[in-house]
Amino acid sequence: MILHWLVFLVAALFSVFSALMMITRRNPIHSALWLIGNFISVAVLYLLLHREFIAIAQVLIYAGAIMMLVVFTIMLISVEETKKVSLLRFGAGTVIGVVLTVLFLGFLLSGIIGGGVAGVPGELTPERIKEVGPFRVVGLMLMGEYLLPFELASVVLLVGIIGAVILAKKER
Amino acid sequence: MVPLSLYMLVGALLFAIGIIGVLIRRDAIVIFMCIELMLSAVGITLVAASRYYHGMDGVVMAFMAMTVAASEAAIGLAIFVLLHRTYKGVRVDEINLLKG
Amino acid sequence: MVQYVWLIPFFPALGFLINGLLSRWLNLRKGFVAWVACSALGLSFLVSLLVFFDLLGLPPEARVSISDKVLFDWIVSGDLRVTFGYKVDPLSVVMALVVTGVSFLIHVYSVGYMHDDPGFTRYFAYLNLFVFMMLNLVLANNFLLMFLGWEGVGLCSYLLIGFWFDRDPPANAGLKAFVVNRVGDFGFLIGLFLIYTLLGSLNFDEVFSKADNLTTAQATLITLMLFIGATGKSAQLPLYVWLPDAMEGPTPVSSLIHAATMVTAGVYMVARCHVLYELAPLSMAVVATVGALTAIFAASMALVQVDFKRILAYSTISQLGYMFLGVGVGAYSAGIFHLMTHAFFKALLFLAAGSVMHALSGELDIRKMGGLREKMPVTFWTFLLAALAIAGIPGFSGFFSKDEILWNAFSSPKGHWVLWLIGLITASMTAFYMFRLCFMAFFGSFRGGHELWHHAHESPRIMTVPMVVLAVLSVIGGYVGIPHVLGGHNYFHEFLEPVFGQAPKGEVSHTLAKLAWAAEGEGPIQGEAALELLLMAVSVAAALLGIFIAWNLYLKRPEVPERLKERYPNAYKVLWNKYYVDEIYGALFVKGTQRFGTMLWHEFDEAVVDRTVNLIAWLMKAMGTLLRPVQTGFVRDYLLGILIGTIIVMLFLL
Repeated sequence: MILHWLVFLVAALFSVFSALMMITRRNPIHSALWLIGNFISVAVLYLLLHREFIAIAQVLIYAGAIMMLVVFTIMLISVEETKKVSLLRFGAGTVIGVVLTVLFLGFLLSGIIGGGVAGVPGELTPERIKEVGPFRVVGLMLMGEYLLPFELASVVLLVGIIGAVILAKKER
Repeated sequence: MVPLSLYMLVGALLFAIGIIGVLIRRDAIVIFMCIELMLSAVGITLVAASRYYHGMDGVVMAFMAMTVAASEAAIGLAIFVLLHRTYKGVRVDEINLLKG
Repeated sequence: MVQYVWLIPFFPALGFLINGLLSRWLNLRKGFVAWVACSALGLSFLVSLLVFFDLLGLPPEARVSISDKVLFDWIVSGDLRVTFGYKVDPLSVVMALVVTGVSFLIHVYSVGYMHDDPGFTRYFAYLNLFVFMMLNLVLANNFLLMFLGWEGVGLCSYLLIGFWFDRDPPANAGLKAFVVNRVGDFGFLIGLFLIYTLLGSLNFDEVFSKADNLTTAQATLITLMLFIGATGKSAQLPLYVWLPDAMEGPTPVSSLIHAATMVTAGVYMVARCHVLYELAPLSMAVVATVGALTAIFAASMALVQVDFKRILAYSTISQLGYMFLGVGVGAYSAGIFHLMTHAFFKALLFLAAGSVMHALSGELDIRKMGGLREKMPVTFWTFLLAALAIAGIPGFSGFFSKDEILWNAFSSPKGHWVLWLIGLITASMTAFYMFRLCFMAFFGSFRGGHELWHHAHESPRIMTVPMVVLAVLSVIGGYVGIPHVLGGHNYFHEFLEPVFGQAPKGEVSHTLAKLAWAAEGEGPIQGEAALELLLMAVSVAAALLGIFIAWNLYLKRPEVPERLKERYPNAYKVLWNKYYVDEIYGALFVKGTQRFGTMLWHEFDEAVVDRTVNLIAWLMKAMGTLLRPVQTGFVRDYLLGILIGTIIVMLFLL
C-alpha cells in the first residue's frame, strides 16, 4: 500500500519535474532527453494503474520510436545556438498566452478537485481483467468494439509513411 | 488506492506545461516535443479514468492517440527537414509566408 | 363533332410548333413548311365547317345551350377557377369560320408572295401562331382565355409587323403597334378585374347570368374599360395610330391581321358582352359615337393619301368604325355581318395591293401607277369587285351589311339620325376614295417609267386563285343576309338571333317616332318598311355620287385635284399630315414618358440602386481588410487563438 503511494509520488513528481526541465533547456538534445524521462515516468504511472499494455506501448512508441525520430531530426537540422540569441520569445502574445494557460489550468483543477465525476462504471474490474488476461482484454476490445478506429488508425499510419517519404525526397 | 483526481491532476499539470512550452519556445522541434507532451498528458487522464471506471475504453483511446502521434511525428519532422533546407534552422518566429 | 371543337385551334398550334421549333434542326424545305402551315389551316377550317353543320342540325334554341368543351383547368386559386374551355354557339362558330376560312386563303397566297424571302419559315410559324391565338380569342368561354388570345394576337402582330426587323421603319412600327395596344389592354384588364370583383367569376355563362346584379354605374364602368381595350385592338379613336404604320409589314399580314381578323376582335368582344352593354346605355352611346366619328375621321384622311396600302389602312379603320356603330346601337348581328363581309373584300383589297407590289417590285405610290388593268387583268377584276362591295353598291355583299348598319343607326331605339348622317357621308367618302384608288392605279396611263411597265406582270396562280375565291365571296357573301324589306330572308340574323335575343318589338327610336306621322296613312310597320327602302336608296345614291366624283376628278379631268389642292392648301395640309395626331401624341405622351424614364434611370437606378450594390461590395472588402491582420502567418499566434477559443468554450460550459 505504502509502496504504491511512494512509487506514485516519485513518478508523478518526476514527470512534472522533467516536463518543466524540458521546456527550459537551451539545447534541444537536452530537451529531448528530459522528455524521454517524462515518458518513462508516465509509463510507470501506467503500470501503477495495472494497465500493462499501454505502459509498454508508451515506452515503445513514445519514448522509443517518436523520440528517436526527434533526436535524429535534431541532429539533422539543429543549428548551433549561441549564447546571445535568446531561446525564448517574449512578446505580448506570450504573456497573454501564459496567463490564459494558467486560467485554463485553473479551470481544469476546479473541475478535478471540486466537481464530482459522473459516469457509470463498466464491468472490467481488476479481477475480471486478471481472469481474462490483461493483454487479451485489450486485444478483444481492439478487434471487437473498436475495430473501425483500429483500421482507421492503420490507414493514418499508412498515410504517414507515404507522406513522410514523399515529403523528404530530394528534388530531382 | 491513489484517487483518480490525483492522476488527473498530474495530467492537467503536464498538459498546461506543454501549452506553455509551445507558447514560449522558438525552435520548431522543441515546440513539437511539447505537443507530444500534451498528447501524453491526455493519455494519463484517459488511462486513469479507465482504471477507475473498470473499463478498457480509455486504454484503447490512449492507444489511438499514440498511433496518431506517431504518424504525426513522421510527417511533421519530414516537414521540418524540408523547411530546414530553406531556413537553416526552423525558427517559428521568422516563418510567416502564409501571412494573410 | 362539337366535342372536337378544340381541334380548331389545335391544328394551327401544331403547325406553329412544327415550323417554329423544328425548322432550326431540320432546315426544312419551303415546300414542307408551306404544306404544314396551309394544311393546318385547311384542317381547322374543315373542322369549323363540320361544327357549323352540326349546329345547323340543332333547333335554334338548343344552339346556345351546348355545354362548353373544357380542356383542362388553367388557374385554380382560391375562388378563382379559370379553365381552358371553348364555347360553341352561333357567334363563335361564325367567327371561327371567317377566321379559318380567310386565313387559309391568305396562307396559300403567302406561299407565292413570300417565296423569295429568307424568313419564309419564320413567317409561317408566326402566322400559324397568330391564327391559334385568334381562335382562342373567339372560341374562349371565359374572359381570361379571351384575354390570352387578345394579348397573343397583339404579340403576333408585333412580330409580323416588324418581320423585317433589320430595317428601322418596320421595327418602329411593330413597337408602336404593341405599345399602343398595351395602353388599350390596360383598360381591358381593369374591366376584367372589375368583372371578377363584382361578379365573382370570369366565365362567360356565369358572368352573363349574374350580370343583372350590377348597378348601371358599375356596368358602365366595366363596359367602358373593355371598350378602351377595343379601341386599341380595333384601331378606333384615340388609339388607331398604329394601324397605318403597321403597313410596313408584309402585305398578306396586313390583309389577314389588320383587315380581316385581329382588328375585328374588339367588335367581337362587344358583341359577346352584349348582355353587359345592354345594362349600360351610356357605354353603348359611347361605342356608337366613337365608331361613327372614327369612320368619318379615317375616311377623311384616306381622301388624300397616295400610298396604296395606307389608303386601305384608313379604310379599314373607317369600316371598323361602322362595325362599332352597328353594335353600339344594338344591331349586333348587323355589326358581325359587316365584320364578315368586310373580311372578304378588305382582305381581297390588300391581296390585290400585294399583287400590284409584286408586279411593280414594291412600288406603292399610286401617283406612279396607272393603266395596270391591261397588264394584270385578274388583279384588276377582283379589285374592282371588292371596291364595288366596299362602296355599297347593290348586289354586292358590302351593300347588305352596310345598309343594315345604317338602317339600324337610324331606327334602333339606341340610334340617332345624326349617327346615320355621319355614316351616310362616310359611305360617300368611302366610295370616292376607293374608286380614286381604283382609277389612279388601274386606269389611265402608266406614270412610273418604262422599266417598271415592262416588267409588270400578273401574279402567279397561287396568288390569284385565293383572290378570285375572295372576290366570289365578296359578291355572294351578302346573300345570307338579305333584309325582309327587299323580300329576302335574313338567314344571318336568324342564325345569330339566339345569341343576341330578339330586339324588343314594341320600342321604336325617337327619330322614327317623329317621322311616324309622315308615314302615308298605313300602320307604323308599313311606314317603317317604306322608310327603310328610302334610306337604302339614299345611301346607294351617296355611293354612286362618290364614284361619279372620283371618275370626274381622276379620269375625266385629272387637272382638277391639283387645282383643288392649290385653292385649299391648308385643308389639304391638315389631311395630308393626318391631322398631326402622331405629332400631338408624341409631344403629349411620348416625350414625357421618355423623359420620365431617363430621369428614373439617372436618379434612381444609378444613384440609388447602383450605389447600394457598390456599398455592399465595399463593405465586404473593408471587412476583409479589417480582419486580415489576424492571419499573421506565425504558427504560434494561431495556437494562441486556439487556446483563447478553448477557454471561451469552457466559459460557456461552466
